[in-house]
Amino acid sequence: MRKTIITLVTAAMSLAAVASNADGEVNLYSYRQPFLIEPMLEEFTRQTGTRVNVVFAKKGMIEKIKAAGDNNPADAVLTVDIGRLDGLRKAQLLEPVDSAILNDAIPANLRHPDGLWFGLTTRARLALTSKERVKPGELETLADLADPKFKGRICSRSGKNAYNVALIASVIAHEGEEAAEKWLAGVRDNLARKPQGNDRAQAKGIYEGVCDVAIANHYYMGKMATNEKKPEQKEWAKAVNVQFLDQDGRGNHVNISGAAVIKGAKNRDNAVALLEFLAGDMAQNMYATVNFEFPVKEGIKTHELVESWGSFKADTLSLEEIASHRTTATKLVDKTGFDAGPTG
Amino acid sequence: MFGHGSVDMGRSIPLNSAVPKEKSLLAGSRQRSFAPDGWTIVAAAIGILVAIPVGSVLLTALGPSDGIWSHLVSTVLGTYVGNTLWLMAGVAIGTIVIGTSTAWLVTMYRFPGRRILSWALLLPLAVPSYILAFVVTDQLEYAGNVQSALRAVFGWTSARDYWFPEIRSLGGATIVLSLVLYPYVYLLARAAFLEQSFGLFETSRTLGRGPVASFFSVAVPLARPAIAVGVALALMETLNEFGTIDFFAVPTLTAGIFDVWLNMDSTAGAAQLASVLVAFTLVLVVIERISRRSRRYHDTTTRVQALPEYPLPPALGAAALVWCAAPVALGFVLPAWVLGNYAMVFYAVTLEANYLAYVWNSLMLAIWAAAIVAIAGILLAYGVRLSPQRTMRGLAEFATIGYAVPGAVLAVGIMVPLGYFDNAVDSMSRKLFGLPLGLLVSGTATGLVIGYVVRFLALGYRTVDSGLSRVTPSIEGAARTLGSSPARALLRVHVPIIRPSVITAALLVFVDTMKELPLTLILRPFNFDTLATFVYQYASDELLEECALGALTIVAAGVIPVMVMSRTIARSRPGHRDAVAASASRRAVA
Repeated sequence: MRKTIITLVTAAMSLAAVASNADGEVNLYSYRQPFLIEPMLEEFTRQTGTRVNVVFAKKGMIEKIKAAGDNNPADAVLTVDIGRLDGLRKAQLLEPVDSAILNDAIPANLRHPDGLWFGLTTRARLALTSKERVKPGELETLADLADPKFKGRICSRSGKNAYNVALIASVIAHEGEEAAEKWLAGVRDNLARKPQGNDRAQAKGIYEGVCDVAIANHYYMGKMATNEKKPEQKEWAKAVNVQFLDQDGRGNHVNISGAAVIKGAKNRDNAVALLEFLAGDMAQNMYATVNFEFPVKEGIKTHELVESWGSFKADTLSLEEIASHRTTATKLVDKTGFDAGPTG
Repeated sequence: MFGHGSVDMGRSIPLNSAVPKEKSLLAGSRQRSFAPDGWTIVAAAIGILVAIPVGSVLLTALGPSDGIWSHLVSTVLGTYVGNTLWLMAGVAIGTIVIGTSTAWLVTMYRFPGRRILSWALLLPLAVPSYILAFVVTDQLEYAGNVQSALRAVFGWTSARDYWFPEIRSLGGATIVLSLVLYPYVYLLARAAFLEQSFGLFETSRTLGRGPVASFFSVAVPLARPAIAVGVALALMETLNEFGTIDFFAVPTLTAGIFDVWLNMDSTAGAAQLASVLVAFTLVLVVIERISRRSRRYHDTTTRVQALPEYPLPPALGAAALVWCAAPVALGFVLPAWVLGNYAMVFYAVTLEANYLAYVWNSLMLAIWAAAIVAIAGILLAYGVRLSPQRTMRGLAEFATIGYAVPGAVLAVGIMVPLGYFDNAVDSMSRKLFGLPLGLLVSGTATGLVIGYVVRFLALGYRTVDSGLSRVTPSIEGAARTLGSSPARALLRVHVPIIRPSVITAALLVFVDTMKELPLTLILRPFNFDTLATFVYQYASDELLEECALGALTIVAAGVIPVMVMSRTIARSRPGHRDAVAASASRRAVA
């Protein structure tokens, strides 16, 4: 009856809306682009018979869950960084999950201590350096980015981008707010141009000679280097070296793409099963081969291109700690006028 | 004919002395019965329902601000406000200059290409601004065609060898937004020029003023209310714009809202910034109202002759052609061409996806939204007109402010009351019938249509309202004195006269819904994609090539409505059809 009414309303609107939370389903709010996760979700459905319904959006999901109250249909979320997971946690919308499979597969620093969220892959935010204009050994640490020798040589995405916010938050976590502010102001002074574009655009900036150094998530290198349809991106990738940072110190900052179960999920068991599937061998392998990400699970090989950069030491500071400094990091971006670009 | 905003009329000094008498006659007949009539109730209901989302955002703003204000004031608030004001000023100038000049040229002069340009000038309306931003940047940045050509010519080898203006800047954003928004001004200015009795302009010319001086001293003042409405719409769009300013790295208030909301996790703080934006809009609305109210130029004749359509000498004609073709070339042909080229290579990505379903969903949503907004716009505007209460107009203005609020923020404002409604209905149904209904509205595409109505009612209301202002109270008074009820008068007298406005409103909403993104993303149900959301999953990562066919479809879907709109306006000129028929019969005789 309930379905009939919904169907009638929907039919009356001539729209193909789909009634949710029937049996054998899991409803997913995804901050990740659907085309990146569809192969995994299809495989999950094939193996378990559980249908995955998806809405993709980057804003407003927290408010949507809240507004729906007891009738909230969403069972789980997928995100591309720690920030959104932390936002959901702060809003008290996440349900603790205690799963041996997840706890075994995912290192402790990449999941919430109470099982509120789980990292599924990691992405290293590393330096891209010009093959021609940056000498080996010239740039080895994040601190080097603030060194005056790089004046006018750095390209960056907006400081407000979630990946940069997390990177700055990690500096705050390690060195304190004051040191982080000084560092960020130093990087700002070294910028070649006003922060703009996405991570690819920074590599392009180096290729074009606008700058010599850029910060980017590692998988963009993989995507550019293998882009058959847009061969110009291969040229951008060819112009740069991949440089992991702080290898003699705290290790390169990493962020996660992650997942969590929503409080009061109607299909909780299916949601947990989906998370376990995504942390399992097959999905972890797909993340690595399709999207060049680092699997969180031990023993899963990364893409051979990523492998060719050699192993690296990752910062092992818990992402929960890093996430707790997001607001401060955002305010530092404002305070230093980072997004206004180089001064003077 | 040629009356002005009828409700404001009592306060301005009308040259037509008969008007106030009729007005008081109308008002008096209503005031005798003290209870509000049905029309006021209908209009008030629409106004209140549509005002709820903005009200809910303002209510959220009452929460704790988490100390963001001291932070913002001491850091970036100045930048946000400065960028917002500069952008608004730039877009206002850009849209007025392009929209008014082209509307005047294609209305009054004959030059090569004029017939096509008269509708083609509306085409940029169909291009989502973030797509034009992407395409323009693609052409003008280092690797783009322009700079590549310059390097080839001058032998430069890298970006360090020469200076080129930064396209990702306030200037770039102003140009791109002006190019996609000027059609609002063009549309309304052209309609106004077409309806002006040509007599005044001719008199001015006869008295020795040149065509340019007469344009500024007669034609523009007469069209000023229409131009003001067009600019107000363009600036409301500018205020809610996020995709383009984000792409051009120009942080405005809207960028600040998202930063506080998503990076600082302060919903209340974001709502407070949004309230500042609403305040900006209120100022804008007041300015627009004032500029309409102070209109004292009335044409006192009802004689309308065919427009002269001066032929231009070849050199001037060529200049007019270039001037009018340039915005179409940059705002429509360029993006359509670039998307077309991408689509030739990457069409498979779009076709492998559920392309036809997306097209269907987009079309259905756009048609529903257009129909409902047009009807709601008529009811609201007519109710406001009939009501003696000035508060009614205030309510209507407030209700339609949602248009200037960033879509994602408005979406939250819509979700909260909708969720409340759904849950109340659900629990009532459970109690009374033991029947759980779930999220009846917000869980289905119905919620999406409601969202569009809230967002775009400004287009419906303002367009219809400006149409209604052309119906002088004397016609209305005559109808009512002869015994027509208000409903009958609306159907028999007003609707036929304002038909062009209603069609324009519906088509504007259709085109805008096709490209609407932020609201659609957030309010849609599971597994429900439109062309815009499909395009977004690629465009959000600057992968426009992959979704080019989808984007091209959005743009193409705007072409037919734009042509219909243009024909409707052209035919709206009183006497125009007769003149066309006469010239046709002359040709037939010859």
